[in-house]
Amino acid sequence: MTAAPQPVLQATSLVKRYGRVVALDHADFELYPGEVLGVIGDNGAGKSTLIKCFSGAVVPDRGDILLDGDKVHFNEPTDAQDAGIQTVYQNLAVCPALDIATNLFLGRERRVPGWRGKYLRMLDHKGMREDAKRELSQLGLLTIQDMHQAVETLSGGQRQGVAVARAAAFGQRVVIMDEPTAALGVKESQKVLQLIRDVRDRGLPVILISHNMPHVFEVADRIHIQRLGRRAAVVTPQSHTMAEAVAIMTGAMEVKMTAEEIARPAAVN
Amino acid sequence: MSSENAANFEAVASAVTGEIGEDEWYRPSPLERIQRTLHKYPALGPFLVLVVMVVVFSLVAPDRFLRPFNLSLIIAQVTVIGTLAIGQTLVILTAGIDLSVGAIAVFVSIVMANVNVALGIPGFLAVPMGFAFGTACGLLNGMLITRLRMPPFIVTLGTLSIFFALNLWVSGSATVRGTNMDPLLLWPGQPITLFDTRFTLGSLGMLLMYGIMIYVLGYTAWGRYVFAIGDDPDAARLSGIRTDRVLLSVYAVAGLIYAIGAWFLIGRVGAASPQSLQIANLESITAVVIGGTSLFGGRGGVLGTLFGAMIVGTAVNGLTIAGFDPLWQRFAIGVLVIVAVALDQWIRRVGK
Amino acid sequence: MTTTRLSLLAATTALTIGAMGAAAQAQDVKVGLITKTETNPFFVTMRNAAQAKADEMGIDFDSCAGAFDTDNEGQATCIENMIAAGATGILLTPGVPDAIVPTIERAQQEGVPVIALDTQTNPSDAADATLATDNFQAGLFIGEWAKAVMGDAADDAVVAFLDVSDGLQITTEVQRNQGFMTGFGIDPVDNKFIGDENDARIAGFAATEGAQDKGRTAMENLMAANPDINVVYTINEPAAAGAYEAIQAAGLADDVLIVSVDGGCPGVQNVADGVIGATSMQFPLRMAQQGVEAIVEFAASGKLPAASDGLDFTNTGVVLITDKPVDGIESKDTAWGLANCWG
Repeated sequence: MTAAPQPVLQATSLVKRYGRVVALDHADFELYPGEVLGVIGDNGAGKSTLIKCFSGAVVPDRGDILLDGDKVHFNEPTDAQDAGIQTVYQNLAVCPALDIATNLFLGRERRVPGWRGKYLRMLDHKGMREDAKRELSQLGLLTIQDMHQAVETLSGGQRQGVAVARAAAFGQRVVIMDEPTAALGVKESQKVLQLIRDVRDRGLPVILISHNMPHVFEVADRIHIQRLGRRAAVVTPQSHTMAEAVAIMTGAMEVKMTAEEIARPAAVN
Repeated sequence: MSSENAANFEAVASAVTGEIGEDEWYRPSPLERIQRTLHKYPALGPFLVLVVMVVVFSLVAPDRFLRPFNLSLIIAQVTVIGTLAIGQTLVILTAGIDLSVGAIAVFVSIVMANVNVALGIPGFLAVPMGFAFGTACGLLNGMLITRLRMPPFIVTLGTLSIFFALNLWVSGSATVRGTNMDPLLLWPGQPITLFDTRFTLGSLGMLLMYGIMIYVLGYTAWGRYVFAIGDDPDAARLSGIRTDRVLLSVYAVAGLIYAIGAWFLIGRVGAASPQSLQIANLESITAVVIGGTSLFGGRGGVLGTLFGAMIVGTAVNGLTIAGFDPLWQRFAIGVLVIVAVALDQWIRRVGK
Repeated sequence: MTTTRLSLLAATTALTIGAMGAAAQAQDVKVGLITKTETNPFFVTMRNAAQAKADEMGIDFDSCAGAFDTDNEGQATCIENMIAAGATGILLTPGVPDAIVPTIERAQQEGVPVIALDTQTNPSDAADATLATDNFQAGLFIGEWAKAVMGDAADDAVVAFLDVSDGLQITTEVQRNQGFMTGFGIDPVDNKFIGDENDARIAGFAATEGAQDKGRTAMENLMAANPDINVVYTINEPAAAGAYEAIQAAGLADDVLIVSVDGGCPGVQNVADGVIGATSMQFPLRMAQQGVEAIVEFAASGKLPAASDGLDFTNTGVVLITDKPVDGIESKDTAWGLANCWG
């Protein structure tokens, strides 16, 4: 066993209260380079609050978030995006009536070089379309040919693909996926899981929040189990079975883990 | 994304491409193709309707309708509503609605005319002051909508009455005659005779504004944001768009456009009357809807609105020339609105 | 689906237009009538009468209307379309008497005369001629009548005024209102302006838009402010009917005198039923008929109707309708009124 590398994203002792409800109770978290980290937990365990702290949608009351070892403060989603953390939201956060290229570059449009871009603020539609196409083809979504196509004309899996492609294209450090397979059928879910692996293989660590145990166990390198506002354990698909993970989640099984065990990096083959 | 990464993973991508997505490739039926084409080019439907109307009226009244003079007349007649409808389109694209459009425009026309005639401020200052005033009115709408989180329908319903009442108060209900005005205020009404046509400077100004807005909506980031906000405001915000700021600017720009429309109005009728444009909100919404822009936001565009305004103008002109009772003008416009919205509903179901 | 719908629409339109086109063969003379709106029975009467007259004389007729009472731009569009349709002359009830003037001038430059009906333009000589009710006279009649019926009590009357608008000072409403005041013995001060009077008998003014529902509301509000109101001047008969409802609901039907202007058939019936004391009848039928005749005459000889003596328009007449005639004021009873009413 080698020494643990520095986490890409780390949280120490995060606290978030909503009135008398404690959503996060001194929660810790680490995400290491090159891994897919599954995050599971019962409803109300605080996993979505935890993730929202990373995407900038929630500001924690106490505790620190460290990105590549540096303390960061996210007051709104754009702060997290600017820091290189991209989130694929459960509701996709794409605009259905807009075309693929526009969606990929929404909020980060590029202008054409020269006076037309400078004075007429003209967008570089052609360049953005080409990049969009390249991005999608790298994620194995070559069947989408027409970057003018509106997102709502795509199938559920393809739409998820566009959202993932955007996160992969602009996430310099971390990609967060919130329930990416929730609305999809079996076949499309498989494609999305493959997309997640592809993103990881490109060197971007992925946080995967899901209720779907088999999907998490299929694709995650490590699994963070959240319970009662704090981290109950970190397991791997190799070390624990699904039944054991559920037992930890519900409190039926107690796990005492050493810091070293928790920090065990992903087994990258 | 870095280029070395890109090179690395091309191999991975091509490995998985073969099995991904092939089953999603299906052949659309002819009807679906029409649906998708209209989805992609929302101005196409209204354009075809306009062509059909011109053909029909030309067959009915070839000697009177299909004269270049009459066709240019229609464009001159839709100048004011056509201009106001540009602003209305922007607002509707953001899934809002502006009921105060006519009230702002008539208020601006009164302010512009009175600043010039009653206060003696020259036209080259009075006109820009009117523009600034219209922008301020739009800004007020935008502030109420974004700061107080009130629905646009309610806000503009309120400001409709407020602006109209203030307009009556400022004007003392009196019309300002064109004979007393600086020529610059009446300038949009100047006719331009080209061959057998007679345009007005205002109608050319309206066409120019359409050109500018087509560019702004299609080729600038701001234009994309307008669509994105109307389509899915949450998605737009999560994409990093400052939605409130964009919305505020939309209402301000709309106010400026209404003010330009007010200037065209003074030119067109040769006077500023505080009782004008009382149903300009309905008329502009009609043009926008017939033009294929969705009242649910995010779909459509100004080119369709131009066709929508011209469809209404052509219906009124053609039916008058063909000797119809005026009630059939209303009937025809009503039918067009229903057809346009039904079409929009159908197009919105694309891929579902 | 789309194409079928569109072609169906186009086909239907083409068919209907084809039929109309065949019926309306081009003639030498074409009269265009532009009313304020197409819904008000007054204008409907006018249009039907003009159409009938045109048919009788064998000439072509077109009509057009604004979308609301003061739709100046809509009327400007109507005028342009009438010229484009080849009208010989235009009959117009101006919605905004001053703002329409530049458009009238454009028609005149094209050699198309514009005759104002019912409402004068401002300035009144902007139109080539005007065929109208003497609205001041109409108000004067009911004012004089009310004063005579009340006798000495008129000196202590409490009078409510139900106008069209809240201070828009529309020509017609001003003339009727100030005519009534003059007839009733209230000094109108500037008789081009409502609201500058300082007679203690005035209980207040309210807007009705000439509609029954608004008339009722306006009357209710005025009575709430001043329950002693015993004379109500109304701009037209629908407003009078609304005022009566309010008065009746307050149990004061026998104590309040209502007077009005118009001569519409429901209004005259209300006079017969004792709801309205007296009304001044005007004659939209005559305006329309004389208007069509004037355009035909213009086409033949280039002559336009002359103004009546002492007026700057051609008076189409006013008749006081009441079943309680008073000495010294000429009037007709409701039987005559019902035979000559409009709408």
